[in-house]
Amino acid sequence: MQIPTELLAKIDEAISHYPVSKRSASLPLLHLFQEQFGYISDESIAWIADKLGLEQINILELVTFYPMFRREPAGKVHIRVCRTLSCALAGADDLKTKLSEATGIHCSKHHEGFSHPPEVSPDGQFSIESVECLASCGSGPVMMINDDFYEAVAPETIQEILSKYK
Amino acid sequence: MSTEATTPKPVELVNVQIDGVWYQFPKGTKVIEACSQAGKFIPRYCYHPRLSTPGNCRMCMVELGMPKMGPDRKPELGPDGKPIHNWIPRPQISCAQEVSEGLGVRTDSKMVQDARKGVLEFLLINHPLDCPICDQAGECRLQEFSYDFGPAKTRFLEHKVKKPKRIQIGPRITLDDERCILCSRCVRFMREVAKDDVIGIVNRGSYSTITCHPNKTLDSNYSLNTVDICPVGALTSTDFRFKMRVWFLKETKSFCTSCATGCNTVIGARENLMYRQTPRENNDVNESWMCDYGRLNFHYLNSPDRLLAPVAKGVNEPDWTAALTATASALKSLPPSEVALIASGKMTNEELFLAAGLTQALGIMLHDIVPHTDAGDDILLSTDRNPNTAGAKLLGLCDANAGSKLPAIADGIRGGTIKGLVILGEDATALGLAESELRKLEVLVTTAMLPNLTTASAGYVLPGSGFAEKRGSMVNKSGRLQRLNRAIQAPGLARDDWEILTGLTEAITGTSLGLATIEDVFKAMSAATPALTGLSLSKIGDLGVQLPIA
Ligand code: SF4
Ligand code: SF4
Ligand code: FES
Repeated sequence: MQIPTELLAKIDEAISHYPVSKRSASLPLLHLFQEQFGYISDESIAWIADKLGLEQINILELVTFYPMFRREPAGKVHIRVCRTLSCALAGADDLKTKLSEATGIHCSKHHEGFSHPPEVSPDGQFSIESVECLASCGSGPVMMINDDFYEAVAPETIQEILSKYK
Repeated sequence: MSTEATTPKPVELVNVQIDGVWYQFPKGTKVIEACSQAGKFIPRYCYHPRLSTPGNCRMCMVELGMPKMGPDRKPELGPDGKPIHNWIPRPQISCAQEVSEGLGVRTDSKMVQDARKGVLEFLLINHPLDCPICDQAGECRLQEFSYDFGPAKTRFLEHKVKKPKRIQIGPRITLDDERCILCSRCVRFMREVAKDDVIGIVNRGSYSTITCHPNKTLDSNYSLNTVDICPVGALTSTDFRFKMRVWFLKETKSFCTSCATGCNTVIGARENLMYRQTPRENNDVNESWMCDYGRLNFHYLNSPDRLLAPVAKGVNEPDWTAALTATASALKSLPPSEVALIASGKMTNEELFLAAGLTQALGIMLHDIVPHTDAGDDILLSTDRNPNTAGAKLLGLCDANAGSKLPAIADGIRGGTIKGLVILGEDATALGLAESELRKLEVLVTTAMLPNLTTASAGYVLPGSGFAEKRGSMVNKSGRLQRLNRAIQAPGLARDDWEILTGLTEAITGTSLGLATIEDVFKAMSAATPALTGLSLSKIGDLGVQLPIA
């Protein structure tokens, strides 16, 4: 697996924070990999395990435990819609449906379950997933597009917002 | 070594009240163990005394009370002169807690009963309840604790979470993830004891699933121990699964004879068939474990190819007396210098003692055992795959360098100077002799359980018994004397090997050895062997005896 030099530097820096047990660097490394590659491949799992002197199953446990880690690539633009109670009451479901229509993503209901890959538009530009609370319950429905935060999203504004990411 | 270093430190005892009665326990004792010692069994899933203690299942909850301190920071005493307790208002797990001075424990209060009911209700929420077809039935802790402590009704109306079933997680293990209660014993065993960290828990919450990394399998030589410690029917032995309901098995204490370690075991048999063997705790030998290779190395006992009747002069001779007489006169027809004897490190001490007697009766000078070695590990498995090399040395069948005389014996047979061979429980082709060379022997006598190239060439074949079919003793690699007990009978006319050897020796000498039982053989052996002085088969006990040999 090819690891860019800057990433390697960041990895070694992260590991240096845990002189007692390299194992503790597992999560920081997973974040670095997801940032770099957009998801955690099986190859990445093997690489990290090897780097930290662990078994692959030790890393796989973490990747599957935390919902923020993906094992499949997402779209270039990744949309997270909060589905927790206040946002749900404020129309999050409707928002997600409208976003899917606008981005051409076919959103099947069964993908609301556990540990399913995010749904990606046919052109690979957008992906969408429901997430738990984004910590702005008073201004639902709330969503994040990549690292940008949007509150009280009105369905009419969707096209305008998305146009920034096309 | 100075005497100071050898005197053990006095154990510090602490006073603990369990269900109203005061006891003393050594400091460091886990509360769960203290309760067991006081006769109060605490249900548990994740706790195993030989593994780390994660405290994850919550099955072992009790009520704990700390001694109530007065203003003088001394415990306040009740009318009985014992400390009064401040009870913690929530149940606490007893597996991770050590006893402390004045601690109070309630193992059966309303709070504890409710806690157990609650834990069991949660454990059964997603459990498939496929008990009727589950191979763990009869030894399932989930069934047992639900029966003893669980709520009698379900309140759960939702759909259960579906998980993988009938997964071949390794070559010898079948996994049913829906039955798993996520105690993590298997994960910890593989990590801490087998040192092969291949299984883990993926996903989260009620979706949590025991699995092996997709690129790996659970194929460690110790994998089947996870089946023993799995409290439910999640991990099952592919070999034993669905062969027999466990409550029909008659259990016999024994030990494994597949290497020089001699792991203590329990044999499960029914109607003269051996179905399984599982490890039996012995802190001086195998703790609570055994290896898969040894565990599964018994199916040959049930083989349809077993030798069922003696052969003399190349033909079946169902009459043992006639067979032994014919064998004896064939052996006597040769001068002692032309006869060699090869015994086996798989024979019991009693058999080896009698084999030594046979060499004396015939005047044989050339004798040895066949070493069997293979890769060992630093867990249990020994490189010496003979279970009783130490016994063979002790009883003089071989010298310190077992097998050193075999080349001379093989050369003698090839060169024609050896015309007679007695080979006990071994295959002579293992010495590098071809079948045609064996056929050159004038007299070839062998004891055996299964046909091999030697029995095919031998004029005299005396069918013997396997380790589960006889009583007797062996000495393991660290000099521990251990005892085999009979779990099943040998098939057909096959005999206990000590009887064969006694009969043959008596047929040769024409005088009785005065040995009516295996106990008599042991007595004669211990009288002639200083290291065994004062011992008897019954004195060996279930856990064996350390002999004064290195
Ligand atoms: S498979 Fe058995 S031992 Fe392993 S976690 Fe599940 S219940 Fe426990
Ligand atoms: S380590 Fe040796 S004695 Fe123990 S189970 Fe394995 S083969 Fe048998
Ligand atoms: S046995 Fe104590 S928490 Fe599992």
